[in-house]
Amino acid sequence: MASLRLDDIVIHQGQHRLLSLDTTVAPGEVLTVMGPSGVGKSTLLAFIAGFLSPAFEAQGCVLLDATRIDTLPAEQRHVGLLFQDPLLFPHLDVAGNLAFGMVREGTRRQRRARIHDALSSVGLEAFAGRDPATLSGGQKARVALLRVLLSKPRAMLLDEPFSKLDAERRGEIRHWVFERVRDHRLPTLMVTHDEADAQAAGGRILRLTERDTVMGPTDKEERA
Amino acid sequence: MTFSRGVLVAVLSLLPTMGQAYELSDWDSVTAAARGQTVYWNAWGGDPRTNAYIDWVAEEVDERYGIDLEHVKVSDTAAAVTRVVAEKAAGNEDRGAVDLIWLNGENFATMKENDLLYGPWAEQLPHFPLTAPNQNPEVREDFTLPVEGYEAPWGRAQITFYYDSARVDEPPRSIPALLDWAKAHPGRFTYPQPPAFLGTTFLKQALLALTEHREALYAPVGEADFESVTAPLWAYLDRLHPYLWREGERFPAGGPRMRQLMGDGALSLAFTFTPSAPAAAVLDYQLPPTTRSYILDDGTLGNVHFVAIPFNAQHKAGALTVANFLLSPEAQARKQDLSLWGDATVLDMSRLSPEQREAFARDGRAAESLPPSSLGETLREPHPSWIAPLEEAWRQRYGAQ
Amino acid sequence: MTAGVAYRLVVGVLPWLTIALLSVPVVAGVLGALAPAFGWLPVLGGERLTLAPWRQLFAVPGIVDMARLSLVTGLVSAALSLGLVVLFLGSFLHTPLYRRIQRWLSPLLAVPHAAAAIGLAFLLAPSGWVVRGLSPWATGWAYPPDYAFPGDAWGLSLILGLVVKEVPFLLLMSLAALVQCQARERLSVARSLGYRPLTAFLKGVMPGLYPLLRLPLYAVIAFATSTVDVAMILGPTTPPPLAVAVVGWLNDPTLSMRFMASAGAMLQLLLTLTALLIWWTLERLVARVSRGWCRDGRRQCGDRWLAGMAWLAMRTVLGLMMAALAGLALWSVAGYWPFPAFLPWPPIAHNWLNAADDLVAPVWQSLGVALAATLVSVVLVLGALESETQRRRPMRPWAQLILYLPLLVPSVAFLFGLVMMQAQMGVRPGLGAVIIGHAVFVLPYVFLSLAESYRRLDPRWSQQARSLGAGPWRVFWRVRLPLLLTPLLTAAAVGFAVSIGQYLPTILLGAGRVVTVTTEAVSLASGGDRRLTAIYALLQLLLPALGFMLAMLVPRYVFRRRRDLLPGTD
Repeated sequence: MASLRLDDIVIHQGQHRLLSLDTTVAPGEVLTVMGPSGVGKSTLLAFIAGFLSPAFEAQGCVLLDATRIDTLPAEQRHVGLLFQDPLLFPHLDVAGNLAFGMVREGTRRQRRARIHDALSSVGLEAFAGRDPATLSGGQKARVALLRVLLSKPRAMLLDEPFSKLDAERRGEIRHWVFERVRDHRLPTLMVTHDEADAQAAGGRILRLTERDTVMGPTDKEERA
Repeated sequence: MTFSRGVLVAVLSLLPTMGQAYELSDWDSVTAAARGQTVYWNAWGGDPRTNAYIDWVAEEVDERYGIDLEHVKVSDTAAAVTRVVAEKAAGNEDRGAVDLIWLNGENFATMKENDLLYGPWAEQLPHFPLTAPNQNPEVREDFTLPVEGYEAPWGRAQITFYYDSARVDEPPRSIPALLDWAKAHPGRFTYPQPPAFLGTTFLKQALLALTEHREALYAPVGEADFESVTAPLWAYLDRLHPYLWREGERFPAGGPRMRQLMGDGALSLAFTFTPSAPAAAVLDYQLPPTTRSYILDDGTLGNVHFVAIPFNAQHKAGALTVANFLLSPEAQARKQDLSLWGDATVLDMSRLSPEQREAFARDGRAAESLPPSSLGETLREPHPSWIAPLEEAWRQRYGAQ
Repeated sequence: MTAGVAYRLVVGVLPWLTIALLSVPVVAGVLGALAPAFGWLPVLGGERLTLAPWRQLFAVPGIVDMARLSLVTGLVSAALSLGLVVLFLGSFLHTPLYRRIQRWLSPLLAVPHAAAAIGLAFLLAPSGWVVRGLSPWATGWAYPPDYAFPGDAWGLSLILGLVVKEVPFLLLMSLAALVQCQARERLSVARSLGYRPLTAFLKGVMPGLYPLLRLPLYAVIAFATSTVDVAMILGPTTPPPLAVAVVGWLNDPTLSMRFMASAGAMLQLLLTLTALLIWWTLERLVARVSRGWCRDGRRQCGDRWLAGMAWLAMRTVLGLMMAALAGLALWSVAGYWPFPAFLPWPPIAHNWLNAADDLVAPVWQSLGVALAATLVSVVLVLGALESETQRRRPMRPWAQLILYLPLLVPSVAFLFGLVMMQAQMGVRPGLGAVIIGHAVFVLPYVFLSLAESYRRLDPRWSQQARSLGAGPWRVFWRVRLPLLLTPLLTAAAVGFAVSIGQYLPTILLGAGRVVTVTTEAVSLASGGDRRLTAIYALLQLLLPALGFMLAMLVPRYVFRRRRDLLPGTD
């Protein structure tokens, strides 16, 4: 499995240098990004996923193993994305949502079987034809992750994925997500406000400050 | 610009011409060329009965000559004239959007003076002799202007007064009597605002009745002393207006609006240019069943209305064929049938066979309409050059428009 | 990759097509009327520049009255409409009454001007329903009274007719603007500081709301100063408002009148600009005067009294509209209906049966033109909005202005020139030209209806879809379009309704060959048969109503098992 390399990334907002970063996320590693709002956590994810707003300017490369992906259109980067909202398409049923991101390989029956297997793995096999609006928060979160996994991503970006879940469900879902990420050996970047998330992720923690932020080999020089 | 237009003409002339060529002298060549053409007939579309009649014509010419006749309903014939003008301005010489146009009087004069008409052709129509033009000179004369074959007669109109017999016992039978009647029934009569066609016609009717120089009206206005000829008219109107609807400060926009006011009961007396219109309106619930029609004792204005073909009409053969069909005894008889339209024929009965005459006798005349015997004397239309000065003088005196 | 390139190409081109559709006809049309206004029209012998048409124009008796009438009715109706809308919003924003009325806005907006005017005229005429209701028991009138309304010299009936139509338009425009200027938040702050609702609205929300309403208001003023169909039905006749006179001159058989008509069209343009300038000046003045008032700290300003007035006025406006439409329905089934009978009895089907055959063609043509113009507009608007979304940049002010161009330039001022251009370019008059002509007027409304929903759509939906591997087309068709189906269909229904109501472009660009229910209604309005006129006016209503019904029912059906997308569950 691939590792995610962020090579000398510098993001500017106008004249203001928002952040610079150089690091590699290993397969199955969850790198947690923390810091107050406005320091560019989500901007970083947007850049990696391919949605950087024209208000920002970025230099550097994003590589999946040896393949440079930051020059590719978003849909060809194979970078899975989970927001704090599950964002299940409200016009499709649960199976439709899962099918949306699936790679078109195999027969229709095989794909349907894969969807069924995925749903069974989380005990939601009876929910294939359901309107996503009728699912509970936890169920939605599970379907959202299944959808991303079925699209066969090579890396994962989590943008405060658990912040809207109620406290009792949170730990359980969190545990389940990290487990899946590790199972699939996906290099993962997680943005969060929650220390507990960071602890549960168990990987490196990158703390962005209000000022220019650096990490990696160039870390110390830049900060000095 | 000139260059590009030249190129355009050159290119167009290379294209195969639409339809075949025809010779007016060889009528079969006209109908042959007409087959398959779509004829756009611009005709006033404000009357459902007229529209229904034109629909019937469209069915007939489709069946008989393979012509697709499209009724372009205009609310004012001048709009169609405007379009031909715009086309001429743009150098459109043979792809005109108007193929046939229903008009008379001022619109005809305008088009003829500006060379916007195709012709002469009307007297070559096979059915034209049925009008017996030598006995009926009015089919060769449009508001005193010689037609010279640039339009074909289609129907006749005559000013006809109508009133609600439930509210009026004895309607006025002359223009002077109208003033006395209006004094006795203030607010219950009016006339459409010139330059609305019917309004101008009322001015002419009153002028003919009042002036001492009637013959001057049949020559161009430039040859007469406009002030002295029209002075009695303005004196009359000055006295009449205070007793009109809205005290003569407002006028209905046209004949149909005046009919509507009759239907509302706001007016008790009104007039129309279509003798059959009041009866038709009763059938359509627009006027009270107690409506009655009559003609002034000294006669009222009458005229012939025509169809013409613009110089740049794209489907002239089709238009010619339709114009000829409109003059056929069958089409004319149907047009005169009061239960259908009720527009008087321009054909001379003496030229028809007994069977053909028979068709004209069929008549759904109702009590509301004019009894045939009461058709009074028809006054000829004045020279069209009088219209604009009359309208202008009226506007200066009474109106802002 | 090629799909992506194609997408970028399409999204790059459509905004320019949109701009071209909105601006080229207007600019070319104005130029086409400008030359004859200074005597240049070679075919009529006008080959040198002269001021003669202007001298002729200013010699027309009553020309000053015409201009003043247009100016006054335009400004007064705009001011009344704005006042009513502001007082109503201020007093009733976020109340159940407001929500109830909000639901009626789009359908009310869909009532074509001509139909509303015809209905109002039926209602208020001396022989109209109101007088019939009071006669003869209260008034003693056995004959209709002889007063001039509609068509009074002051233009009061015209103003009323305009207000009735402009109030729903401004209300609808406010809906989006209120969200944009964060009215809810501003209101709660002001209310928590002890301001009464209306005062809170006037002092806290208006300063933010007004700039967003400015262009719609200018469109209202431009329309009101230059309306032809409403003025023909409700306006005075001696003299009529300028625009009506100009159309009359255009149709005058005396060809030389065409020069004067062109000058008149230019005068109309100047007049509308003058009206806008006057309004702008007043705007400044009010802004300056009210600055102190906003800060004086007084927590109320006759709130209760003004709220009562707003309630009454809004009820009157909506009530008039409803009664007018009911009157239309009655006339369509009336036999001979003598004054002062209150109801036409017995109702008859004769009018409908008689008209049935003639209705078929106009209904089909109306549908065809409206569907095509709406389709063209929707495609262009979607392209423009997609492009805006792609560049993630709000619309520039000049683009906003172009959007309003066809609404700000009086249509009489550019349509005559357009007919000249159409002939010049060899464009055949007919369906094609009419569809494009309609689209010029339809597009701004479609854009205005759709833009807010489009911009508010969470960008994360597309991001989520693209991160799942969907290309830009797939994201558009499978995600954005379904999510926007309801507002899209509503915008289409609005556009459809606008197209159904068009008169001048249909008649001029179609050379009279394109017959719609609206051209029939107006041409019959000159034919005077109230029954038939009512039938066509009702059809003018029914077709847009059908559109709105579909716009409402289709999402309900398609999303019947999708709770989050069912309308009315937000």
